[in-house]
Amino acid sequence: MSERIVELSAADLAAKLASGEVSSVDAVTAHLEQIEATDGTPLDAQDRSRGTDGLNAFLHRNREEALDVARGVDEARAKGEQLPELAGVPVAVKDLIVTKGQPTTAASRMLEGWMSPYDGTVTRKLRAARMPILGKTNLDEFAMGSSTEHSAFGPTRNPWDLRKIPGGSGGGSAAAVSAFQAPLALGTDTGGSIRQPAAVTGTVGVKPTYGSVSRYGVIAMASSLDQVGPCSRTVLDAALLHEVVGGHDPADSTSLTDPVGSYARAAREGSAEGGLKGLRVGVVQQLSGEGFQAGVQQRFEESLELLRAAGAEIVDVQTPNFEYALGAYYLIMSSEVSSNLAKYDGVRFGLRVTPEGTPTIEKVMSASRAAGFGDEVKRRIILGTYALSAGYYDAYYGSAQQVRTLVQRDFAAAFEKADVLISPTAPTTAFDIGGVDESADPMQMYLNDIATIPTNLAGIPAISLPGGLAPEDGLPVGIQFMAPAREDARVYRAGAGLERLLTEQWGGPLWRERADVTATVRDFAATAAQGGK
Amino acid sequence: MSQDVLSFEEALERFDPVLGFEVHVELNTKTKMFDAAPNTFGDEPNTNVTPVSLGLPGVLPVVNGKAVESAIKLGLALNCSIAQKCHFARKNYFYPDTPKNFQTSQFDEPIAFDGHLDLELEDGTEFRVEIERAHMEEDAGKLTHMGGDAGRIQNAQYSLVDYNRAGVPLIEIVTKPIVGAGERAPELARAYVAAIREIVKNLGISDARMERGNVRCDANVSLMPKGATQFGTRSETKNVNSLRAVERTVRYEIQRHAAVLAAGVKVTQETRFWHEDTRSTTAGRPKSDADDYRYFPEPDLVPVVTTADWIEELRASLPEPPAERRKRLKADWGYTDEEFRDVVNAGVLDEIEQTIAAGASAAVARKWWMGEIARLAKQREVEIADLPVTPAHVVELNGLIDGGKINDKLAKKVLGFVVEGEGTPAEIVESRGLAVVSDDGALTAAVDDAMAQMPDVVEKIKGGKVQAVGALIGPVMKATRGQADAGRVRQIILGKLGVQG
Amino acid sequence: MSAINREQVGHLAELARIEMSDEELARVAGELDLIVESVASVSQAAGDDVPATSHPLPLHNVFREDVVGETLTQEEALSNAPDSQDGKFRVPAILDGE
Repeated sequence: MSERIVELSAADLAAKLASGEVSSVDAVTAHLEQIEATDGTPLDAQDRSRGTDGLNAFLHRNREEALDVARGVDEARAKGEQLPELAGVPVAVKDLIVTKGQPTTAASRMLEGWMSPYDGTVTRKLRAARMPILGKTNLDEFAMGSSTEHSAFGPTRNPWDLRKIPGGSGGGSAAAVSAFQAPLALGTDTGGSIRQPAAVTGTVGVKPTYGSVSRYGVIAMASSLDQVGPCSRTVLDAALLHEVVGGHDPADSTSLTDPVGSYARAAREGSAEGGLKGLRVGVVQQLSGEGFQAGVQQRFEESLELLRAAGAEIVDVQTPNFEYALGAYYLIMSSEVSSNLAKYDGVRFGLRVTPEGTPTIEKVMSASRAAGFGDEVKRRIILGTYALSAGYYDAYYGSAQQVRTLVQRDFAAAFEKADVLISPTAPTTAFDIGGVDESADPMQMYLNDIATIPTNLAGIPAISLPGGLAPEDGLPVGIQFMAPAREDARVYRAGAGLERLLTEQWGGPLWRERADVTATVRDFAATAAQGGK
Repeated sequence: MSQDVLSFEEALERFDPVLGFEVHVELNTKTKMFDAAPNTFGDEPNTNVTPVSLGLPGVLPVVNGKAVESAIKLGLALNCSIAQKCHFARKNYFYPDTPKNFQTSQFDEPIAFDGHLDLELEDGTEFRVEIERAHMEEDAGKLTHMGGDAGRIQNAQYSLVDYNRAGVPLIEIVTKPIVGAGERAPELARAYVAAIREIVKNLGISDARMERGNVRCDANVSLMPKGATQFGTRSETKNVNSLRAVERTVRYEIQRHAAVLAAGVKVTQETRFWHEDTRSTTAGRPKSDADDYRYFPEPDLVPVVTTADWIEELRASLPEPPAERRKRLKADWGYTDEEFRDVVNAGVLDEIEQTIAAGASAAVARKWWMGEIARLAKQREVEIADLPVTPAHVVELNGLIDGGKINDKLAKKVLGFVVEGEGTPAEIVESRGLAVVSDDGALTAAVDDAMAQMPDVVEKIKGGKVQAVGALIGPVMKATRGQADAGRVRQIILGKLGVQG
Repeated sequence: MSAINREQVGHLAELARIEMSDEELARVAGELDLIVESVASVSQAAGDDVPATSHPLPLHNVFREDVVGETLTQEEALSNAPDSQDGKFRVPAILDGE
């Protein structure tokens, strides 16, 4: 084999599985070995919070079950059974999505050891598609963060530079896909948690239209903003996974009844010769320029040039109310968080801490929540409690909901002029682990999501794909396309089109620019062992 | 030291009571409000639960459409406006019987609002209670307090939680402040809750069993000095679970408030609890800043939008309101006020209506249901409705009398056997051979026997003393074991003797 | 908007049932103050005529049929319970009635 199995895209791997060139057991084994080789070993066997000396992308590895599923697929294929397109292609699942038979922790001490008695809808769909689940990936605790540093089980590291963050909250899924630990992963995106990690790890991530993928069995962070989506290394792969997990679910009242779109076809059409001709691409003036790293800006402008050269029509659009989007997002998100996380009280499941003496249930709940939640989670719960409390509701939550209307109107006006909108995904490339002092300025971390948040407020779909490396630090830059609600196919079409232009320019996928991850991890672990880091 | 309570009379001399009620009605849908767990009472703990009922991580609610229809029906029955669009809201508070630590309820947009209910007090006085709103929400789980006194929360060492009831659909009906009830406040309270119970039962949306908590009342009471218009501070007595307790709670709270106010003390705004054993209320916790429920629109549910067509369809499906039905039946049947009230109190409106519909007259129906059947029920210490006697039985029985098959005395006997479960009246008459003897041959023979044995009586009759015929009827009845029709026997005797009756 | 003090955070922490030390209260008060200051402009953004959006997409009337579905067994229900007894979840004494 000229290419390593783990470097294959999901689409190529599926083709090789279908032709019998590769078995699913081989595929799963290769990815498990890659995880073994790159995820590291615990830095402190007693204290999981310190993480590992490797990527620490996985919180749980589902070796036996994944191999069982793979064997089943191989046997079925040998018998000539008709199988779903991605059958036998392994996938990783963000540890915010519940899985029967595997622990689900939301990267919180609160849920350490919790075993869900039920499967989430997307989990069921992965099983129905006969995709082996490799394990559960790391995240910021309860998906709150932009760096995966807020995991109770240690940070995930960026495969491009292990001292850097992989983005968040879905840093585990993005790092896993980036480092060939999995061809595909599921993430969740509340304010950018799929797209910003994709941007800083040089991978692809899609936040579908709100309601396009069921949230049943996805541990809620902010219900009106959360959305499940695919993580991959190619746009086509993301489209294929979206088709597997998308569709109406009667268990989710906010689920759209639309049939699953033909996203893979859209991606193929977009990447075909002339696929972008005539596409009106709106450049969101409020989402670039000031506050964006120079290298990010530079790569973004190069992408615009490529699009123009390929026949796309580049227009400027104004979205004046985006100035309020971050504030409105933090008010709505934290309000919903404060209520969604109330159920973690040590009564029915999860951590229970009993203070000395004969404490009342009230004291036990308070102590359990104090011990079970990390600082960022507590900060947001307190902010949300404040925003909803008597006397402040109108000024905060009420106003934020109005801003949501204004942001939707801005998008509606912009989509009058353009078929898709474009912006850098994140204002900067990956920063150092521990590099942001959140207590000194909690808003600094939140600014990472400045370009991704408006789409969550409006419920519209968006994709992030690799846009090259920033010249000043050699780290990946993400480009984001946005489309109107229910027009998810457009982001796949535009994304695949730009992806093709860029890879042609680079002469291959962006990851070829990177040093071998296994070697990088080995060196990093050796340095860590010497106390270097 | 002031006394705990003033006499009711003194309280009413000095103060006007203002009432308010929050009644929670548990719906009898097959499943819960937001998930497909069964809504059934009395099962093994924590078995009528889904991941949603337990509020497990990742779950989402889906509204029970039947419960929404029930809420609209109730709103219509309470003469409310139905919201064109309303949403659910989260009421946030921590309590171990509430799995999510918020209750999914409605806040600023109840499904029904601005209604009224006309009550008829026992003496026939009508009283209108204004309804502020009726909204949908979910019930909490059930706590059992262990190690304290008699299952009370006070001094309990720990508690056990069963979530079978968590998520059962509730409709909370809130009245506007009720003024002007005066001394009739306790009676009004009872009548109000009884009327709600009757309406939800009549609509078929709740089992309405108060002893099971299907209908629960929070009673608000405040007093203001006679003639004042500004309301006093209220107390809210929670979960008063029988009609009698509602009446007593209101009476007690009026007396207690009066004593507090008479002593020049301020009434504390607080939650109180009714105790049947001591027939008094005790204070729960005072209302405070801590009651900040941080309501906000439930983001996991989408709004309920009603159309005129939908509402009218539901309105058309409503049964006749109980109060209107009573007025109609009373007029149709021609009973006196007293007769009708007795029928209502005996709870046999349905039975009498069906008996009449099956062909009996109003008088006959009342005669049997309020007479022998009521006596049999009383004898057995059960409700009339619980006897196995049906309207069809009564009609059949009456037909047997009209047809001369049996007489009233036999009919009562037959009813006794119906209650014993021996079958329908006709079957019993047949199987027990209870029919009056109408075979003239058999009767004539018995008459001949009697006349042969009492020639002196025969002579008297022949001589014109027709009333002496009774002396002959007695032995004939005896010979036929009471199954002879006395009138027919008399006819036969007089005929034989050629005497005009 | 006024600055958020430690007492206020103490009250919020009580509402949110999170035990916090004095230092924690002071720290969170400072953080919250910064956040609230930077989101304050939100309350000036929209006029009264702008409706609130609580759901990103305008769905309505999503109802479930009143049909019983699959339930958990008692064992499953209690499988993650920190404490249980007699088929029920066991909790320490409750301070007072709701």
